[in-house]
Amino acid sequence: MTAILQAHALGKSYGRRQALADCTLELPPGHVIGLVGPNGAGKTTLLKIACGMLAPTTGQIEVLGEQPDGATSQLARVGYVAQDTPTYANLSVADHLTLGARMNPGWDAKLAQARIEQLGLQPRQKAGRLSGGQRAQLALTLAVAKRPELLILDEPVASLDPLARRDFLRHLMESVAEQGTSVILSSHLISDLERVCDYLVVLVSSRVRLAGEVDELLAQHHRIVCARRQESDLPAGLIVISAEHTDRQSTFVVRSEGELPAGDWSAEHLELEDLVLTYLERGAAPGAGAATRPTGAAR
Amino acid sequence: MIDFHLDVRSGVAPYQQIVRQVRQALLLGLLAEGDKLPTVKEVVAKLAINPNTVSKAYRELEHLGLAAAKPGVGTFITRSLGHASLTEHGPLQQELRAWMDKARAAGLTAPGIEAMFQNTLRESDEEEK
Repeated sequence: MTAILQAHALGKSYGRRQALADCTLELPPGHVIGLVGPNGAGKTTLLKIACGMLAPTTGQIEVLGEQPDGATSQLARVGYVAQDTPTYANLSVADHLTLGARMNPGWDAKLAQARIEQLGLQPRQKAGRLSGGQRAQLALTLAVAKRPELLILDEPVASLDPLARRDFLRHLMESVAEQGTSVILSSHLISDLERVCDYLVVLVSSRVRLAGEVDELLAQHHRIVCARRQESDLPAGLIVISAEHTDRQSTFVVRSEGELPAGDWSAEHLELEDLVLTYLERGAAPGAGAATRPTGAAR
Repeated sequence: MIDFHLDVRSGVAPYQQIVRQVRQALLLGLLAEGDKLPTVKEVVAKLAINPNTVSKAYRELEHLGLAAAKPGVGTFITRSLGHASLTEHGPLQQELRAWMDKARAAGLTAPGIEAMFQNTLRESDEEEK
């Protein structure tokens, strides 16, 4: 299977400010990929480069096997819903659909129409008068009706109330089920990602700290609690992601490729949210370098 | 037709929750041989979950011999586990009841009994695998 997105040492700077630096990443097709990371990690920059809205200053990127350079052929294959799901406030819902039809060669007018009806949107209503949730749904309809191979969404649900958020994700998943679209979705809401994503990428300061299928990641990580000991006293093959010590107890989050070896400790799996937070904290720790460097060692 | 629900905080993988709910529906007689399961798209549109999760659950049900996919039509239940099988196990239920009386006598209350039951069930589930 060829990657839907492949980036090598990708960077973008604005004058002196580096929005993205040395980002290397490969994403498999056929997944709903969650992209998480703190503000300023470079998520939006990466996604904008991926859909051809920004040109990188360094490095290479291929999306669906082509360089995203804003060419029409590429644009037709990638759907993009920007942060805060922008629409044209003065245009009506019907105008948006007309615009979509004119600008996209593969426009599926039937699908767009059906979705608008399903959502209960009035064709004559101005987008500026829609609720936040309705606007988000309209933006999603526009992106989905071009029948893209890849759908990129940048924090599409961040500003929505819980009900509108759930509605949005339901419709998104429905189109994924229907069309088999690959999706890249950035979000801070890990509980949402947990429902919809089967692949996860954690990005901190432009670096990929963790990437993989959610099920595998959850299976590979454990929190082990034991009598106080050094990291180096743990069996080989365990990668220590975080370590905390009290005067008598040590708590490690470890990653193991195969089964966790038995030991004199209690072990449990982590929830996705805890797993992500562990990697975010680790990435934010001073001096955090390459992803394999152990941190927090008590030596 | 049955509906699924999802508890993200339960610690049980979403696909396993679906498998479990089908099993429960079979045991309760809500599903029987020949019944059609909701399509992947229907489940996804209701629960807002990843379609691959539903497909994985359905594959697992096939693997367990409880369901079979008919391409282009849907996934159908191939075996009934209905009421009968539960009532046939009257003696087992009596034993469980006796155990519960013992647990109460030992000072456990309903939440404690439930926790112990769930834990033990999970352990034996894991050993089964």
